[in-house]
Amino acid sequence: MSKPAAASGRVWRRFLHHRIACVGGIVVALLLSAALFAPVLAPRDPTFLDTSVRFLAPFADSRFLLGTDELGRDTLSRLLHGGRVSLTVGLVAMATTVLTGAVIGITAGYLGSLTDTLLMRFVDTMLCFPQVFLLLVVAAFVPPTLLSISLVIGLTSWMEVSRIVRAEILNLKEQDFVAAARALGASRARIMFRELLPNAAAPILVAATLKVASAVLMESYISYLGYGVQPPLASWGNMLTNAQGYFNTVPWLAVLPGVAITATVMGFNFLGDGLRDALDPRLRMGP
Amino acid sequence: MNFAAALARIDTAAVTQAPLLSVRSLQLHLPSSPQPLRLVDGVSFDLRRGETLGLVGESGSGKTLTALSIMRLLEPPLSGCVHGEVALDGVELMSLPESEMSALRGRALSMVFQEPMTSLNPVMTVGQQIAEPSMRHLGLGAAAAGARAEEMLRLVGIPDPARVAASHPHLLSGGMRQRAMIAMAIACRPALLVADEPTTALDVTVQAQILELLGELQRELGSAILLITHDLAVIAENAHRVAVMYAGRIVEEAPVDLLFAGARHPYSRGLLASIPRIERARLDILPEIPGVVPGPGERPAGCSFALRCARASARCHAEVPPLAAAAPGRRLACWNPLDG
Repeated sequence: MSKPAAASGRVWRRFLHHRIACVGGIVVALLLSAALFAPVLAPRDPTFLDTSVRFLAPFADSRFLLGTDELGRDTLSRLLHGGRVSLTVGLVAMATTVLTGAVIGITAGYLGSLTDTLLMRFVDTMLCFPQVFLLLVVAAFVPPTLLSISLVIGLTSWMEVSRIVRAEILNLKEQDFVAAARALGASRARIMFRELLPNAAAPILVAATLKVASAVLMESYISYLGYGVQPPLASWGNMLTNAQGYFNTVPWLAVLPGVAITATVMGFNFLGDGLRDALDPRLRMGP
Repeated sequence: MNFAAALARIDTAAVTQAPLLSVRSLQLHLPSSPQPLRLVDGVSFDLRRGETLGLVGESGSGKTLTALSIMRLLEPPLSGCVHGEVALDGVELMSLPESEMSALRGRALSMVFQEPMTSLNPVMTVGQQIAEPSMRHLGLGAAAAGARAEEMLRLVGIPDPARVAASHPHLLSGGMRQRAMIAMAIACRPALLVADEPTTALDVTVQAQILELLGELQRELGSAILLITHDLAVIAENAHRVAVMYAGRIVEEAPVDLLFAGARHPYSRGLLASIPRIERARLDILPEIPGVVPGPGERPAGCSFALRCARASARCHAEVPPLAAAAPGRRLACWNPLDG
């Protein structure tokens, strides 16, 4: 029996004991595979217009399982393809956010003094502007592609993560094990990224799952303002935007992408919660 | 500078008469008004290979700061206030760039801390942590370092090294953790081991085991140990020589048996007298030294102990007594010493 296998087995068992985390994991897995296999699963072309079948209600027509929108496009197909876009934006933006935030937070927190002051005043400056504002400024210069939108969302929302990480590191770096690691010759980088960062994993993970959710929403904001994912390409965000004009008469057009976004947000949050508990060797729960 | 050669020299555990560690006029003065805070105030001592020097004193006497200064582990702004010379086997540590210093830490000199409960990283397994210094200093791969970590755990008397190596620290008892800390510290067979109150946080039986372990390891590895403690009983049984610190200075240094047979500095004498002894009559009140240690910012012009000393003369209040040889192997900083 190899040691890493034993350790990962323990983590896995602990994760499985966490009911809600399992639900979150299953929801996320379903959403991801639906997005991944969208071209196979989608019954129709998501951009195909058929004005003879506008505003069909869900389950009203066997050809359009979840109904059609104002242009007669199949809602189910658009949800599946939109999921690809939204989840990609969510995950890439989350990765960018966490990476930037963690590196800046740990550098500021561990090095302290002038580095800390400069980095944190930069964070304050960034936080002074509403994120949508920053997004629109950047979007004016960068053509909206899937990747650029994700990166831009990520690079305008890392500030909270960096503050969380910095606070955590300020607390952790005073602990004896850091002094002990230094006494044994560990370098600065080693202490920052190998000794301290894993200790800050719990708040980072939770922040990361929240960031997936907020990135999906952020994408819908900027889609609404016309800088996001460009029509006719579907995303959950621009589906919501389109639906708002018909909310009084055909509410399901807003409800369906809304449900998808909610499921994503909650799925990732539960998953993050469970991962945090399962990965933390200090929390002893279950076998 | 010939750094590699210096390292190689430190590695060969040749027993020579030249001291392994030589500390001269080590000072840590924090700027402050009206006078600087004299946390460590001109500490000098030598330590030979295979020898244990006990550094004893009350809390606040500067023992730990002396150790951290030698290891160069103080953080700014404290680190900028350290002056003096610290030579480890001829290599002057104070002027080394940080990168070279950190290459020596854990390899030529390392340190065991007081609190085993918090000195291990909670999210890494014990084995990983013991393997780290070997990977860094000896260039071992992960597998070889892991095997070495288990070997080290066996060396420090852990009966089930494979299981302990795979455990996270919270699963281990205090004594086990301190053994693991020691395994980390000696993984690269350092020539100098600084042990800062290594047993203070442990209960008495475990304390004896850990100290015995340090002694065994010293015989096996030939390391020099700087044993810092406030506990004279620990010194009596485990050190060869002892240096008594008071208010940032060494006031008396002597071989252990001589000090316990007859301390000559009034402060050392007072410390020894305040140890409870079984043969004393039950109703005896334990003698204590009147007054308190002057704070680091309110040191008198003369001897720091003068205000509490029954033998103090006018000279004691005016001039600081130098730490001078009083007999072979014995140094004393007192104008009116007691007879030995």
